[in-house]
Amino acid sequence: MADNDNIVVATAERIFADLADPQTVTHSKDASWRAPLWQALSEAGLPLSWVPENCNGSGASLADGFGVINAAGRAGLSVPLAETMLAGWLLAQAGIASPSDAMTVAPSLPKDRITLNDDGTLSGVARGIPFASEARHIAVVANGANGLAIALVTTADCRITAGLNLASDASDTVTFDKVRPVAIKPAPREFDATALLLMGGVARSLQIAGALESMLEISVGYANERVAFEKKIAKFQAVQHNLAKLAGEAAAALAAASSAADAIANASRFGDAIFLEAVGAKIRCAEAAEKGAAIAHQVHGAIGFTSEHILHRYTMRALAWRDDFGNESHWAVELGKRVAARGADELWPLVASR
Amino acid sequence: MTAALRFDPIRLPPECEALRKDVRAFLAEEVAAGTFDPHRPQREGNDARGFSRRVGARGWLGMTWPKQYGGHERSFLERYVVTEEMRVANAPTRHFFVADRQSGPVLLKYAPEHIKMDILPRICRGEVCFAIGMSEPNSGSDLFAAKTKATKTDGGWLINGSKIWTSSAHVADYMIAIFRTSPSTKENRRHGLTQFLVDMKTPGIAVNPIRQITGQAEFNEVVFTDAFVPDDHVLGEIDGAWKQATSELAYERSGPERFLETYYVLTELVRAVGLNPDTRAAEGIGRLVAQLHTMRRMSVSVAGMLQAGKEPVVEASIVKDIGTVWEQQLPHRVRDLAAFVDTDPSNHATLADQLAFATKVAPKLTIQGGTTEVLRGIIARGLGLR
Repeated sequence: MADNDNIVVATAERIFADLADPQTVTHSKDASWRAPLWQALSEAGLPLSWVPENCNGSGASLADGFGVINAAGRAGLSVPLAETMLAGWLLAQAGIASPSDAMTVAPSLPKDRITLNDDGTLSGVARGIPFASEARHIAVVANGANGLAIALVTTADCRITAGLNLASDASDTVTFDKVRPVAIKPAPREFDATALLLMGGVARSLQIAGALESMLEISVGYANERVAFEKKIAKFQAVQHNLAKLAGEAAAALAAASSAADAIANASRFGDAIFLEAVGAKIRCAEAAEKGAAIAHQVHGAIGFTSEHILHRYTMRALAWRDDFGNESHWAVELGKRVAARGADELWPLVASR
Repeated sequence: MTAALRFDPIRLPPECEALRKDVRAFLAEEVAAGTFDPHRPQREGNDARGFSRRVGARGWLGMTWPKQYGGHERSFLERYVVTEEMRVANAPTRHFFVADRQSGPVLLKYAPEHIKMDILPRICRGEVCFAIGMSEPNSGSDLFAAKTKATKTDGGWLINGSKIWTSSAHVADYMIAIFRTSPSTKENRRHGLTQFLVDMKTPGIAVNPIRQITGQAEFNEVVFTDAFVPDDHVLGEIDGAWKQATSELAYERSGPERFLETYYVLTELVRAVGLNPDTRAAEGIGRLVAQLHTMRRMSVSVAGMLQAGKEPVVEASIVKDIGTVWEQQLPHRVRDLAAFVDTDPSNHATLADQLAFATKVAPKLTIQGGTTEVLRGIIARGLGLR
């Protein structure tokens, strides 16, 4: 999905290249690179890509936004761009206007529930919320007595227990203890309880696919420079075959994630086919992250294991992203159950319908 | 470099779904008539020839070829649908599959007009079976080490030597083969091979079947002793087959047959675990379905590239690498997942039979049509490593 011909994606890529260069970020001793990056992203309207223009957003298409998220994965981006986009999308489902600063979404884990109490407050615990400690607002899916609601909450009103994912990006536990939302509206009738998880899962799949593309590029570049046993390691068949496998994993991840993004961008509702596309991508991209990261590190040898080298920006993020919005084991069980419930002879028609 | 990683999300156009219904209805009729049993891929059936003609009569052979040669000028995506439905049904496609996928496109590109007019319409009618003569007893993956010789004689060439592992040679009407017309050169070891069309009824050709570990004997040794091939049966440039061989590969390597060869065991596993599988079986099935879906989306994407007139050799190699490794492992994964399934004989006997067959077929899947090692070499070249 490297749509360099797409102006929205090209804008994002230019900002990433100028203000989130992996060498600069890796060697930075503080977080001073973050503010100018976020400001540039905001000025370009990217965090609110999926918010309609009449709600202060930029009203980009789902497809363009997915392209931006894929590019963010290629850049190993470690600011809450995808999360703010998802939050804006979620709020827009209920017609709630988005604030202009960084946001995240909850819940992220399939088993976590946030309850809408009779008095209009929210209660519950949401674990693994990306960038909660850095966001000013959280967009929440809550379960009320009369069905699902979508709410906007101020982070300061919640209890945040800071945590870190594998890449040392914030991944926090958010406790809602009778939190009164800034805004709350019933979710539209066609809004499915798993819609946020599927949408978030596709975003993470695109990010993983992007990170794998960069791992491949960096690894091929390194193999063509590094000399061992008096020749470039790229000339060793064992290394070539490992990199060919990495290319295959990157290609599979990109194909699955792009297909899922395309499916969601063109879907009117979340049926079995969209479910297959979205969770199929999350499962396959997570598998590709494991295999691909291992090969990228193997090719780099010890230098890739240092904090100084940029490789970990991609490998650790790809591995961490597996856990957000339902990991591959969770979705594999859910997909397997659906397939079994449909019956053996309905499996092929489902696969062939995509 | 990442150009090889463009797998755009191509969707099959609406006309494909009408076609899919037609193909399914046709296959159901064939099953009802006893032509083949979709649950017993190990049974070869004895009407592959008749089946081939009936498929041809439906207009499903030479689908993408020009009408002047009996083709139907339909899209690669429509052909894709026919191919995948036949494969999933375990239909007996062996009489026409090679001709339709590979040999026809080679003839279209390189054969003289009168040969195209003669043979292509017969392929489209499902009347002729093709074999491919590449491997020899001392050259397999190293295609350009082939030694079987074509020596110039009056009006044509005399062939001497042998080909091996040649699928369907015992029933084939024609073979497209590469023979040595000159020695290789120091500068180019691939030089000196020429592609020929060989009529299998030519005197001087002996076909010796080779029994395989599956119990089948679908491949053969083919021995040529002064077999005469006329001049107009040369396909393309003399000594220049190496320039022609690679473009075929995208057709050969990216189709649904490159990951669906053992698909039936997955269907049967789903049947065996029933409507409410335990967590272990559900997770295993879910992962396999996610992997299958991903490969199919990649494969459809390559069909879209072919339709757009591209030559996606690297992409096709990626699909075949991942696809064949997957279909090879599938019977083993299914065996794992079926280990705790209640062995109700009514559902388990079919699965056990299928697993035995698929496990025996599995080793060849990463060898035929380009080994895993060859494919990874092609991908590595595409990445700029060679």
